[in-house]
Amino acid sequence: MAISQGQQDTEKTTWFQKFTSIDKKAVGAKSPWGNIGLSLLLPVLLIIVWELASRFNYVAPHQLPAPTIIVQTIWAMALDGSLWTHTSITLYRVFLGFLWGTLAAVVLGSIVGMFSKAETMFDPMIQAFRAIPSLAWVPLFILWLGIGEGSKITLIAVGVFFPVYLNITGGIQSVDRKLIEVGKAYGLSTYQLVKRIILPASLPSFFIGLRSGLGLGWMFVVAAELMGASQGLGFLLVFGQNMSQPAVIISSIILFAILGKITDTILKKFQEKALHWQDTMEKSQGK
Amino acid sequence: MSLSVEKVSRSFSGDVAVKDVTFHAEKGEVIGLLGTSGCGKSTVLRAISGLDTGYEGTIKVNGEQSRSVNKDLGIIFQEARLMPWLTVLENVYFGLEGDKKEKREKAIQLLKQVGLEGFEHYYPKQLSGGMAQRTAIARALVTEPTTLLLDEPFSALDAFTKLQLQDMLLDLWNSYRPTMVIVTHDIDEALYLCDRIVILKGQPGEVYDNIKIRKPKPRSKSDIELVKMKERILKALELGKEPLVREA
Repeated sequence: MAISQGQQDTEKTTWFQKFTSIDKKAVGAKSPWGNIGLSLLLPVLLIIVWELASRFNYVAPHQLPAPTIIVQTIWAMALDGSLWTHTSITLYRVFLGFLWGTLAAVVLGSIVGMFSKAETMFDPMIQAFRAIPSLAWVPLFILWLGIGEGSKITLIAVGVFFPVYLNITGGIQSVDRKLIEVGKAYGLSTYQLVKRIILPASLPSFFIGLRSGLGLGWMFVVAAELMGASQGLGFLLVFGQNMSQPAVIISSIILFAILGKITDTILKKFQEKALHWQDTMEKSQGK
Repeated sequence: MSLSVEKVSRSFSGDVAVKDVTFHAEKGEVIGLLGTSGCGKSTVLRAISGLDTGYEGTIKVNGEQSRSVNKDLGIIFQEARLMPWLTVLENVYFGLEGDKKEKREKAIQLLKQVGLEGFEHYYPKQLSGGMAQRTAIARALVTEPTTLLLDEPFSALDAFTKLQLQDMLLDLWNSYRPTMVIVTHDIDEALYLCDRIVILKGQPGEVYDNIKIRKPKPRSKSDIELVKMKERILKALELGKEPLVREA
């Protein structure tokens, strides 16, 4: 008996060793598929639990429809073409708002970051504006610019502006004085200093600003489209609510998640490309 | 190119850092500015470089008064101060102007001389401290400055790298013959590299001694004459109360 137990034990350990050694191999090889599998684990589990809960009436299906229903809803929208009109108009608004907000932030941010006189002149006022919750502008923008695209894009631009602005001024002001001194030792003019040292040195924080600005852009497009729109993913939210169709609401939420992730990934790729020289690249990408 | 520092004083918000510093370097001479920390060695060097213009007194480069950054001067700092977004090669020709192809050729030539052949396309984050400092030395030399200013160039390096780079610097000096001013707190380094050692002492820092070393280079570190000189310098920095007789 004792002997057989011992045999069993050894069998167990070998099986266990095999298992762990395979595991180690997978980790050691660092195959991209292994990593993707790991990051997909939780979402897949969540979807399965959700599907089962909805199927077996643990939650009321008319409150929380099953994922398969949601996929069907999105599929139906794709077939009748409304999916494309809604996503494209939302993307268009985010893109334009992001563009204008970033442009304004780059111009103002670099002036304020560069010249201390400009900082004392502009910065307090800009900070005061920042203290206003951006959604408080909505009624005013609608009064001024009407319910059309103008007010929506302006609102998104306002949201994008602040993080980009803050990161540009911060980035410029924290450029290593020692590197600037190298440029000065070679007799570079102010313009050359900006172009050859200050600009590249503040690029990392510019990208951080762009990415958080884009996040805010997505937030504000929802606000803008909730307020009054006849198209767009935000409109779908209101539409679903009014028609008591939670499937439409959740579809819209999921589309927001997908689009937000895709656009952020695109920016991240640009960031990686532009900042490959950075020593702390991997650390800063932790988020 | 000859270099004259005449009665240079510098104070920072009322506190005098260096006072009436005077010394002279002949063309091709290697001067060591030696002193304990806080005596204003680097302050003097920054005044010479033109990066700091808030000093009193006169600095003459080749007989002409100079108070701004000057193309004839090359500077090497304690840290390599490379642009992290540029490759080694691009860092080396950072200070050059003109045709890109020519710039590259010059830079490649210098990288060979500092022993970094094959590392042209590395980024600073991939370099060791010694390699980074070699790159910085190449960057300073590529503009062919007639005077090279070095601010504790090897003090952040490990002992072996330091010895290697000191020899490399002597080689480079042999091929370019620039006038050099080396700020250092390492007596052995000063004795190994310099033709003249200017000792700064006190607060505010003043020239305490100016020693000419006639021993030809390369020098042995255990040379009797140099060991005696080292004792003299140690005494000057720690114990001496009255200025010693000048040899110069």
